[in-house]
Amino acid sequence: MNKYTERIQNGVVMENPALIIMLAICPAFAVTTSAIGGLGMGVSTLAVLILSNLVISLAKSTVPDQVRLPVNIVIMGALATVWQLLIQGYIPFLYDILGTYIPLVVVGCIILGRAGTYASKNSPAQSALDALGMGVSFTLGLTLVGLIRELLGSGTAFGFQIMPGFYEPIGMIVKAPGAFLILAIIVAFMKSAGVKTMADDKTGGSSSPDKKGGVNK
Amino acid sequence: MTSLMMIVLTAAVISNLVLNQCSLQGDSGQIETAGSLGAAVVFVITIASGFANALNTFVLCPLGLEYLQIFVMILLIAILMQVVVIFIQKSVPVLHSAQDVYLPLITISSVVLGVALSSVTAEYGFSESVMAGFGTAAGYALTIILMAGVREQVDNNENIPASFKGAPVVLLIAALMAIAFSGLGNFGI
Repeated sequence: MNKYTERIQNGVVMENPALIIMLAICPAFAVTTSAIGGLGMGVSTLAVLILSNLVISLAKSTVPDQVRLPVNIVIMGALATVWQLLIQGYIPFLYDILGTYIPLVVVGCIILGRAGTYASKNSPAQSALDALGMGVSFTLGLTLVGLIRELLGSGTAFGFQIMPGFYEPIGMIVKAPGAFLILAIIVAFMKSAGVKTMADDKTGGSSSPDKKGGVNK
Repeated sequence: MTSLMMIVLTAAVISNLVLNQCSLQGDSGQIETAGSLGAAVVFVITIASGFANALNTFVLCPLGLEYLQIFVMILLIAILMQVVVIFIQKSVPVLHSAQDVYLPLITISSVVLGVALSSVTAEYGFSESVMAGFGTAAGYALTIILMAGVREQVDNNENIPASFKGAPVVLLIAALMAIAFSGLGNFGI
């Protein structure tokens, strides 16, 4: 990875935590038809992200620059495979919910971990804390999308019936269009509430590098 | 694969937002940029599907290592992506100024599509999985070109509420595209 790539990533991705979290939520849409699915996916990504940031940070001096990005991605992929086998063995109910979507944990890690560029430049402790901050915000966002979709689309929350009997669930909300619609509304609300770091200014990255305060939920 | 359409759309949303965030439009229009990015992704995913299927059939299955599928697919994409970046740097001078954006972007888009495909291609024959990869990536390319076209119109529209400008409007475009695509055939959304 050359210095230009890093410069762009600094401007586009690294200093814009709210945008990163939104970008990471998109690929995980498939599991957000229920609150518990969103929560499970969030926690899985959090666990893999912390571990991979630690490993990437520890290995940063031995990995040459030219292959840094592929190596980082491979580390994330390996840890996601380990996580998949672990929950398949020990937490079967979570595996039933996530099932085939486990590979998407890798995608979440690549986006939230900015493809490992942060961990490649910082100490293991800093990298783990960065992963914790991003991962927790991501989990909250994902659970919120799942909760709203479950409430409107199925009338339940975490599997419990919430909506009154006369409420007719809106089928579209738990299907593909609903995911985009709900996230669009959430992001619009956040913007009107004053979170300024969304993808709206074309100069990009003009916001302060406030690592953890980007998402107020 | 009921969620394939959704995965294609989410990859397109990510690409559109990241492309728009870069000061890339100064050099060329959004539609042209989306087209060349789409072409790169079609190349990476088509080759990766073929390789993934061959590796799965001839290496992983005989050795009983099917659980390494995700890992192998990601490794393949990471390698191919480097090849594409070198190719773009050397042979397409127009894109030279944009090359620094392509690396992270191709990675993310390709991984999003690739990991979804790896579970599909595992059950297909070789030619089927190459076609599945090509078809999905071509669908992605079409989607980002359409989205860039709509976005060019939307960005100049004064009637959009301030809080919906930028990312939310792209998500709304994706929602409407999801409804429209599901009308095209039995996507089973």
